[in-house]
Amino acid sequence: MTAKSETPTKTARDLWRRNGLIWAALMVLLALTLSFAYVPLGAANTPIALGIGATKAGLVVWLFMELAKSSALKRLAAATGLVWLCVMFTLTLADVLARLHTH
Amino acid sequence: MSDAALLKKPWQSMARQRDAGTFGIWVFLASEMLFFGALILTYTVYRVSDPAAFTAAARETDIWYGTINTAILLTSSLTMAVAVQASTAALGFRRLIVACLSLTVALGVAFLVVKGFEYKEDIEHHLVPGLHFALAQPAAQIFFALYWVLTGVHAIHLTIGLGLVSRLALLIWRRKLVFDDNPEIEVTGLYWHLVDIIWIFLYPLIYLPGRAS
Repeated sequence: MTAKSETPTKTARDLWRRNGLIWAALMVLLALTLSFAYVPLGAANTPIALGIGATKAGLVVWLFMELAKSSALKRLAAATGLVWLCVMFTLTLADVLARLHTH
Repeated sequence: MSDAALLKKPWQSMARQRDAGTFGIWVFLASEMLFFGALILTYTVYRVSDPAAFTAAARETDIWYGTINTAILLTSSLTMAVAVQASTAALGFRRLIVACLSLTVALGVAFLVVKGFEYKEDIEHHLVPGLHFALAQPAAQIFFALYWVLTGVHAIHLTIGLGLVSRLALLIWRRKLVFDDNPEIEVTGLYWHLVDIIWIFLYPLIYLPGRAS
């Protein structure tokens, strides 16, 4: 009934190995972001923390949510959320930051 | 385990039904990104207007509860991903799927328990905005208003996820649901991962600021 018969047989161990590696990477990134939070880097602390966060989110979206293997339609739906998020942040912060630096 | 048991109206093939289901949830997840995005934007606007008060307030949060909960949610995404991939492999991984879904539920409950202890401490430390608030800066109250709203709404999303995942675990355990290549498992998994991703961004915004100063 399913069209998967020609792919090599997956075992439970294969599934744990693949996803376990991604999980280990996520844990390393979590340890990294926690350690970096205590290093006095001034204004760079927040961008570093958010950059590591974005990397973690990227791993989850691309590999756990399997967007890497998804059709263009699904990638487009996910990208649409990101695009409108960027529009919302850009327009709002353009106004807020411009006012902040005038007085 | 035939496709006929899973196929629902109005779709004529499982491939179409799966595509529609996953596309539908991605559209919903995009709207969720904007929902949480608007709250995080509010946080950003208030933080840039009073950065000192925000870092002082963030320092009052308990970094260990936050970090442990991040690790718990990331691990729950691992068990969820294995459950989904075991289902789409369509090789009869019934026990693995039930075990992984149950572990996901257990980790989700553990997250809420940790959050409960954290909320209790926050209340004891007068970190609820209003009378007797612990910090002097007015913007620190805005930080904690956003803290309660963001973590609260996230917890509601997680609770909904717990309902969805435990339903699947229970039905598959009792052999009342086809588990091989069932799109319901994949769609539920995508929702669960998004709840994890929201937390991935809340963690550096709520717990990490002001630790180095």
